[in-house]
Amino acid sequence: MTTHTPSIPQLAEDLATPPLTLSQLGWLRFRRHKMALVGVVIIIFLFLFAFGGALIYSEQYANYTDTSLRLLPPSAEHPFGTDTIGRDILARTIYGGQISLFIGIVAVIIETLLGILVGALAGYYGGWVDSLLMRITEALLNIPTIFLLLVMAKFFGGQVPEIDIGGRVFSGSVIVIVVIIGATSWMYLARIVRAEFLSLKENEFVLAARATGTSNAQIIFLHILPNTFAPIIVSSTLSVANAILSEAYISFLGLGVQAPTATWGNMLDSSANYLDSAPWLWFFPGMLILLTVLSINFLGDGLRDALDPRSRTV
Amino acid sequence: MSDKPLVEVQDMKKHFPVSSGLIIQRNVGLVRAVDGVSFSIAKGETLGMVGESGCGKTTVGRTMLGLYPATSGSVTIDGDDILHLKGRDQLRVRRKAQIIFQDPYASLNPRWTVSAIISEPMRVHKLFATEKERTERARELMNLVGLNPRLLNRFPHEFSGGQRQRIGIARALASDPLFIVCDEPISALDVSIQAQVVDLLEELQDRLGLTYLFIAHDLSMVRHICDRVLVLYLGVMVELADRDELYENPLHPYTKALLSAVPIPDPRKDRARKRTILTGDVPSPLNPPGGCRFHTRCPIAMDVCKKEVPEWREAVPSHFVACHAVETGKTE
Repeated sequence: MTTHTPSIPQLAEDLATPPLTLSQLGWLRFRRHKMALVGVVIIIFLFLFAFGGALIYSEQYANYTDTSLRLLPPSAEHPFGTDTIGRDILARTIYGGQISLFIGIVAVIIETLLGILVGALAGYYGGWVDSLLMRITEALLNIPTIFLLLVMAKFFGGQVPEIDIGGRVFSGSVIVIVVIIGATSWMYLARIVRAEFLSLKENEFVLAARATGTSNAQIIFLHILPNTFAPIIVSSTLSVANAILSEAYISFLGLGVQAPTATWGNMLDSSANYLDSAPWLWFFPGMLILLTVLSINFLGDGLRDALDPRSRTV
Repeated sequence: MSDKPLVEVQDMKKHFPVSSGLIIQRNVGLVRAVDGVSFSIAKGETLGMVGESGCGKTTVGRTMLGLYPATSGSVTIDGDDILHLKGRDQLRVRRKAQIIFQDPYASLNPRWTVSAIISEPMRVHKLFATEKERTERARELMNLVGLNPRLLNRFPHEFSGGQRQRIGIARALASDPLFIVCDEPISALDVSIQAQVVDLLEELQDRLGLTYLFIAHDLSMVRHICDRVLVLYLGVMVELADRDELYENPLHPYTKALLSAVPIPDPRKDRARKRTILTGDVPSPLNPPGGCRFHTRCPIAMDVCKKEVPEWREAVPSHFVACHAVETGKTE
């Protein structure tokens, strides 16, 4: 070793641009994702449709039955046509949209919380905690989801009374459906989160935190979890679509959201016998589900890229 | 140097169980990564720890800070036994001992700003009352390690390897530690940057009176920075001596082999010297050789080496070695 005069070298790092915050950087990256922006616009439109439309059409109108008007094709008076018992499909897609979006979002929140909790504990602590939690996860994965959904819907259905939120009455079945969809779909996410934790916890920044004395809870939630956001966001956005579809299955089998409360799922299913003769029955709720799923997926893609600080593109 | 050492490691062992089985885990073996290591470091001293890859250097550094649960032994830092304290008491010791890692890319959380990374130890140990004071201290630390404090709000990926290592050093200094384990802090860096980081570490030691355990495999760098050097082989200590004594008068054949592998920047001298070249790899710590662990690769192994574990003894004053050949005087 030659003898260096100990001095702290001044590094040329005075950059012209002021530092950007994480949210600024994220927004810059997100903005470049054109499809994600389209997705956001569509999602805003869908929410305006479902919640703003309710100001124009009343819930009574959505459930108003007049069999003399059954199966009318779209017209000026009924822009989306009427269904098998003469209800206005536009009004029903508006109120159905509220329920479908609610089910999709809340079920995914439940799913994500459960998945993160199970995956994080199993991946971080390992050992018997991991063995126990993963065996439970695998056991649940081995039961066909639809069967699990039906058994739980049958078992818990009707046990939750109707609830009144802001003057509107919601069937208790909505709550039941949300909880059971959330409770039966967290397993894949738990496995994804566990795998991420298994690899991330070996990183030296985790050791550094432990050397400092940071608590396990802080290491799990502040150090490791933010690094797993990308796969969680992608998985959760896909799950919103799955949750909306799961609700449709259960509703179709008579155990889901009960009539007359509309959802896009049960509207789609009740059109099964009129695929050729009355295509407007399935076209509008089907298009709305498709638009929702697509735009949420675009949004998820955009968020994943925007939230990754390792990507150097701005 | 004061009489009472700042850091004292006594008979520390770290065995990793190798388990198999899907549901019922059975232990099928034991990796003896560290098998009885004892040493002490005086306040203000730098102890170098060298050895080949896989000889347990990193495990010693991490186990003595309690990052891996030790199998047995004790580690005392400034009078506190770090391995056997719990909760608040352990937190108190953690403040005194910090670590700098080898890989500057893996050692900083990519989702945290530099400011959050550096002030984390202050938050954990509740060193300042307000976040503003912590940021102010982080600013000082950035200056101390030679980085522009204006970069505090940036993310680690915006820095080069050498700069990231400086951030790692600033984080280690944030809790005002007495002792820092430097786990190959320069191995992952460019040669031109290595000298800068080593100089920084030395300067900080002078200014703050730090004590280092400097883990490395670059012997010339160790000679530059360390006061004493400990040579490790397969999880056991083979030689410990003052720097100059070790480099000029190595006793253990393993140390000689390591030293003869150091390139001399003069081809004539390099050709003239007698080199000991080791063959093969370090044996598996799953099943270490009996007797002296080095006998399978030792150029002067005798019968006794296969049977008896050599005693750790002071061959020359303050020069310790574990070798049968040294005991009998047959060192060549």
